[in-house]
Amino acid sequence: MTDARPNVALFVTCLVDLFRPAVGFAAAKLLEDAGCTVTVPRSQTCCGQPAYNSGDRADAAAIVRRTLPALEPFDHVVAPSGSCAAMLRLHWPALVADEPDYADRAAAVAARTWELTAFLTDVCGLDSVDAAYDGVAAYHDSCSGLRELGVREQPRRLLRGIAGLTVKDLGAPEECCGFGGLFAVKYPDISGRMVSDKADDIEASGADTLLAGDLGCLMNMAGRLKRRGSAIRVRHVAEVLAGATGAAPPIGEGES
Amino acid sequence: MTRESRDAVLGALRRATGRDSNAAAAAASVGDRLARHARNTIPARGQRDRRGRLDLFVEQAEAVDATVALVSGAADVPGAVADYLRGENLPTRLRMAPDPKLDAYPWDEAPLLDIEHGKGEASDTVAVTGAFAAIAETGTLMLVSGPETPTTLNFLPDAHIVVVRAADMVACYEDGWDRLRATGRMPRTVNFITGPSRSADIEQTLQLGAHGPRWLHIVLVGDGPGEVEGSDG
Amino acid sequence: MSADAPTSHRFPENARAALADETLQRSLASAKVGFRVRRSEAAARLPEFEILRDEARDIKNHVLAHLDLYLEAFETRVTERGGHVHWARDAAEARGAVLAICRAAGARTVTKGKSMISEEIGLNAFLEENGIEPVETDLGEYIIQLRHEAPSHIIAPAFHVPKAEVAATFRKHHTALDPARLLEQPRQLLEEARGVLRDRFLAADVGITGANFLIAETGATVIVTNEGNGDLTQTLPRVHIVVASLEKVVPTLEDASTILRVLARSATGQEFTSYTTFSTGPRRGEDLDGPHEFHVVLLDNGRSDLVGTELQDVLRCIRCGACMNHCPVFGVIGGHAYGWVYPGPIGAVLSPSLIGVEEAHHLPSASTFCGRCESVCPMRIPLPALMRHLREREFEKKIPPATQRWGLRIWAFLAKRPRLYRLATAVPLRLLGRLGRRSGRFRSLPMAGGWTSQRDLPAPQGPSFQSLWDRAGGRREKPV
Repeated sequence: MTDARPNVALFVTCLVDLFRPAVGFAAAKLLEDAGCTVTVPRSQTCCGQPAYNSGDRADAAAIVRRTLPALEPFDHVVAPSGSCAAMLRLHWPALVADEPDYADRAAAVAARTWELTAFLTDVCGLDSVDAAYDGVAAYHDSCSGLRELGVREQPRRLLRGIAGLTVKDLGAPEECCGFGGLFAVKYPDISGRMVSDKADDIEASGADTLLAGDLGCLMNMAGRLKRRGSAIRVRHVAEVLAGATGAAPPIGEGES
Repeated sequence: MTRESRDAVLGALRRATGRDSNAAAAAASVGDRLARHARNTIPARGQRDRRGRLDLFVEQAEAVDATVALVSGAADVPGAVADYLRGENLPTRLRMAPDPKLDAYPWDEAPLLDIEHGKGEASDTVAVTGAFAAIAETGTLMLVSGPETPTTLNFLPDAHIVVVRAADMVACYEDGWDRLRATGRMPRTVNFITGPSRSADIEQTLQLGAHGPRWLHIVLVGDGPGEVEGSDG
Repeated sequence: MSADAPTSHRFPENARAALADETLQRSLASAKVGFRVRRSEAAARLPEFEILRDEARDIKNHVLAHLDLYLEAFETRVTERGGHVHWARDAAEARGAVLAICRAAGARTVTKGKSMISEEIGLNAFLEENGIEPVETDLGEYIIQLRHEAPSHIIAPAFHVPKAEVAATFRKHHTALDPARLLEQPRQLLEEARGVLRDRFLAADVGITGANFLIAETGATVIVTNEGNGDLTQTLPRVHIVVASLEKVVPTLEDASTILRVLARSATGQEFTSYTTFSTGPRRGEDLDGPHEFHVVLLDNGRSDLVGTELQDVLRCIRCGACMNHCPVFGVIGGHAYGWVYPGPIGAVLSPSLIGVEEAHHLPSASTFCGRCESVCPMRIPLPALMRHLREREFEKKIPPATQRWGLRIWAFLAKRPRLYRLATAVPLRLLGRLGRRSGRFRSLPMAGGWTSQRDLPAPQGPSFQSLWDRAGGRREKPV
């Protein structure tokens, strides 16, 4: 990291934008604390996965062309999601690979795009953050972050420094939670069984808190845990790392 | 039908691979590859000296439920076979491959053994064969078919006893292939045998002796005192 | 049985039935743990495992780019050794070739080693229709043949059948045996099958096996089994028929050895399968045993259409089953729900490619793209990318339901227009935020039944992040 404060574009992701702004603010705080200047490019909407994963390649590519210019001016692009970061990093270049006006530009942005915890540790060199959380947390590795980006140790390393927090591994840490974007609504029975098995695993871990780095998976798991009346608190890992759990109740819980 | 089908399939493949535009280069590349039979990466595991290969073979074979007896020379082979049969409570009547290599052992010195020669029969309980080679990497035996080495002996009996010379121990499958090519003949059948027959098809419960032998016993024969007896296992 | 018409188009119904089948659920739960642990331990024991995966991939890529030439070389070698090669464009031609050989041999019963190609072409039903009795000899295949079922897994075809049901099946079919016999332990079941099948092996006129590899260098066909049934199948009868698909060919014995090193480890976690057998032609003149005739039926059945396309990578598959053993979807629905011969991630790519996206369109969609299949595939087949490609074909053909396509249309229209997107989402968000503030979630919502049938929907906070960021005076690039 050079002396100058790096300019970071926060790619906030559509789910955080729409459902849980608290994660966006937590991510911004973590980045600022790590010495970055954080900008939220206004013209971002979504990384395009709903179209891309539904076979609508044309619209997905259109979203890339539309969003790319807003991210290009920055030193880094950071997303509080392994899935969206992987989309930018691995799939955007593939989507416009045959378009001379965009191919190199998408590849350049891809090379500077990071999942939040990976950016904080691997790029900013952080080993710990200054925060506290009273609880025992199970950490769920989201599939895209884990397998497409190799995010595994980074969130755990940062969580180790959180005062009052114990982190546990799940019994089947590599197992998908059953979210899969539109999969969850297209094949609800299958997805329901998968997230039910995941909820069993989470409850068996003895944790009182569930953390992960992707809001889609978190909404899926929180929704199932709450449906069965579980008291486990579900949060995005950024909220805990930023010490910002006061900003919003746990996912799926009310203010009352 | 088959002629027409052959032309259709190969025609489709030639179009798909753009063969017309690169026929000569492609044929050369394929011809070269087939002629050179180059090795790919060989695991370091088997690349040991002779003694190390023996140890590895024994370790690997025992890990897959084969048993191994180490004897220092040809003279000890009949006794080792008899000992094994006694220890396992198996009959002493056995079917032996009509293999001149096996004739080198002094079977007369184990008078209790009732030996018949020939291919495997449905009624056989015990078979004794040699092996073309033993492969240290995975504790694998390499057997080849021929008039003196019928394949049925490897599969029909309940117990298969394989007498293999330490001198025939190689590091890897590729060494086995080189030895086979050096004989100048390709047999009908090459069997790589790694442990006795097994199945886990019923409730994932591993059981030995599914259709082939339930017992695989390997008598490993050294070239003299000291070569194999001190070996692990 | 497997010759029945595919039911892949009924995948959601099939899956629901599987999820409700408690016996199946128990089998799935125990099978997947064992397979995964064993594979992972085997991979860890071999330091060169990842390099070998790269090499295995490269070998097959090289073969696929020269498939015509390697098949011709293979055919030449087989013929030189006194064997016969029969080319079949489709399932019907392959069945016809097998039948013709059986008829010429005067065959009444044939024994069979485990072969997915035989399943693919519906060989058993066809032989039965033509008065020839096929006997499956792999223990798992034998069990499901007696039960008139299709395999539910490519290497563990009967893993869904508990032992008590195996016992019931044996009692029903093995009527010559003592009705009072004990059949409680897997050992007793195995011994009974061994005894019954031993007689079948000895009586068979023809033995039919598949092939894990065809060796262009020597004309050998290769089978890999743990039971030894394949060897008895191909050694005892007068005639040995190999049914194999085109892409099984590899250049040399060395290349086969490399792929063998990743096959067993990926499949069962074994260092090496018990029996790996290379068969070249019929018995030689002085041999005491072995078949007098050797035939290879080479099946295309749509594969040549995949060569040179975006789907070519699927032809690297060596049928180890690792993708299904690690698939979270297969892990809860098993193999039958996929509705055709090949289940799991490999089936999700292979089935639409071979029987059409119209029939099998659900299969590539029924994946979360968790990527675990690709991470364990010994041949490094990019299964999620291939599934995505098939989704694109389906989208082009307008196969997904209109509501889905229009929903996506509208979403994409907005996602490309950020200002409109924010306008359109602001009001519903605020409304949902207000409605959900107290409980933090919804038990049901209009048009969200797919989600809320299984789980609550966490409520949005209310205003979007973008609007709150502005309100907080957060930094923006110059306004658009």
